[in-house]
Amino acid sequence: MSEILSCHVGIGAKVQGEALVASDNFSARYDLDRIKGIFSRPEHALAGQSYVGKILVLNTAKGGVATAWMLYEMASRGMAPKALLLNTANTILAQGAALAGMPLCDRFADGDITTLVKTGDAVVVDPENGQVTITDRQADW
Amino acid sequence: MRLSESAEAMLAGEMGPARQWAVEHQIQIGRMFDAADMVAVSQAHMMADPESVGPAGVELVERFAALPPDQRRVVIPMITDPRGVDLNYYDPLGQTVEMANLERRFIMACRSMGIVMTNTCINYQTVMPPVRGDHVAYGDTGVVIYSNSFCGARSNFEGGPSALAAGLTGYTPRYGLHLNENRVATKRYVVDKQPEELTEWGVLGAVIGRRAGSYWEVPVIEGIDQVPTSDAAKHMGAAMASYGSTPLFHIVGVTPECDTLADVNGQHLPVERITAQDTAQLRGSFGATGEKVDVVVFAAPQLSLVEMQSVAELCRGRKLHADTSMLVCTPASVYVDAQAAGFIEDIENFGARVLQGTCFYQQYAREIGEANGWTRLLSNSTKIVNILGGYGYKPALASMSACIDAAVAGEIV
Repeated sequence: MSEILSCHVGIGAKVQGEALVASDNFSARYDLDRIKGIFSRPEHALAGQSYVGKILVLNTAKGGVATAWMLYEMASRGMAPKALLLNTANTILAQGAALAGMPLCDRFADGDITTLVKTGDAVVVDPENGQVTITDRQADW
Repeated sequence: MRLSESAEAMLAGEMGPARQWAVEHQIQIGRMFDAADMVAVSQAHMMADPESVGPAGVELVERFAALPPDQRRVVIPMITDPRGVDLNYYDPLGQTVEMANLERRFIMACRSMGIVMTNTCINYQTVMPPVRGDHVAYGDTGVVIYSNSFCGARSNFEGGPSALAAGLTGYTPRYGLHLNENRVATKRYVVDKQPEELTEWGVLGAVIGRRAGSYWEVPVIEGIDQVPTSDAAKHMGAAMASYGSTPLFHIVGVTPECDTLADVNGQHLPVERITAQDTAQLRGSFGATGEKVDVVVFAAPQLSLVEMQSVAELCRGRKLHADTSMLVCTPASVYVDAQAAGFIEDIENFGARVLQGTCFYQQYAREIGEANGWTRLLSNSTKIVNILGGYGYKPALASMSACIDAAVAGEIV
């Protein structure tokens, strides 16, 4: 059965995909090997994992402004997440998502998005209407 | 979001595709952050190193730059953050011709749009500091936090694309730190131990940034019984913004919007102490006494003329260890003054290299680390040691004088 989570109006077009979730933060410059498409910062909860084509679910944005360009650059090579869901985005992530045409949602009414969604869940992200739908739960949850 | 007549005209495409792109970008951001309208800004500052921008971003800016002048020129003074390649010194660093050529194309495109290539992240020290109440569209988190906190200016973190949009329209969406209600304190910290030199100011900023933890928190700080120098304030702010994504803080009795705690509604907030143990713990994660050091870096933020003098005096009459490299990053405008003062000669006689208009972590740090075999990096910048772990370095932190002692010894002392 589908579960619908409401959030603030976001950025970008409706998209569906598989979630990759961690209770950690996000900066394209600090955390990623953007050539290989993996998390490279050793301390990151997703270190070593590929984010390409995933609905990436994390807590908040951190660090600098580089992410505003980097999402566009990553998308131009087809090496980007499919969408970003956060508890709280910052201005930089929003700007980067807008330039890249990457769907982004934050501020979920039901609480912590990094616990509401599990890695492997199938989700539909609808930024225009401020809704994220979990269409299929990861089996072992 | 309410739009002015000129913004409506831009949106309709009447002022060309670049301004149309810019307004469309701003509407998306404004909607996400519930902006009621736009606010005129007096300056824009664009972060855009080629590693971040990439070929795709350079092509986008080149498309704008190829438009007729009335459609491509920015409408307010617009300046740039550091470059990724010092075109006078890239091959020896292990940077490629492709990297340099991407940089050259981007510079050409910016010039065509009327953007001034200041290539600095310390424009508040070197170009035109904003004044209190000045709405600006600044990039580089260190620039924004300094300008908001110490100048009383009003800026959100405007990443490169948004700064470019502001340059093209002259406005930015009115949300976040443009509004009074978002400038009051949300977290209150009392500092137990007075910071003494630049790195201690940076570490204090880092601890508070990490505690505060999000763009939407505004720390107010008590217990600082001295006025920081501009350089100390710079290190403190840059580190806080790096560790916490924090864009604004107040220091009671020091920063312009906070003569008293009540000025920022801080009097009823619960008090959190920042102890000597808290700062020592953060430093401890970047300690590596006795280890061989591959490269010593002074950057992030770029060095002011006063810092250049300090480095030069510490280098004078000494020699860099044969197995260690040392780089110093400063804007071209400071370089000229430092050269006239003899500081560049002191630093280069020591065996270090002064790079112009770049900042180390924005210079394809992974690639130059691999090309030079640099792993153990030492810096006095609390910000840079936070960034470079993800780029394959083992970063360590020490004061400026301890960094130069290590550069002489070839190991962290």
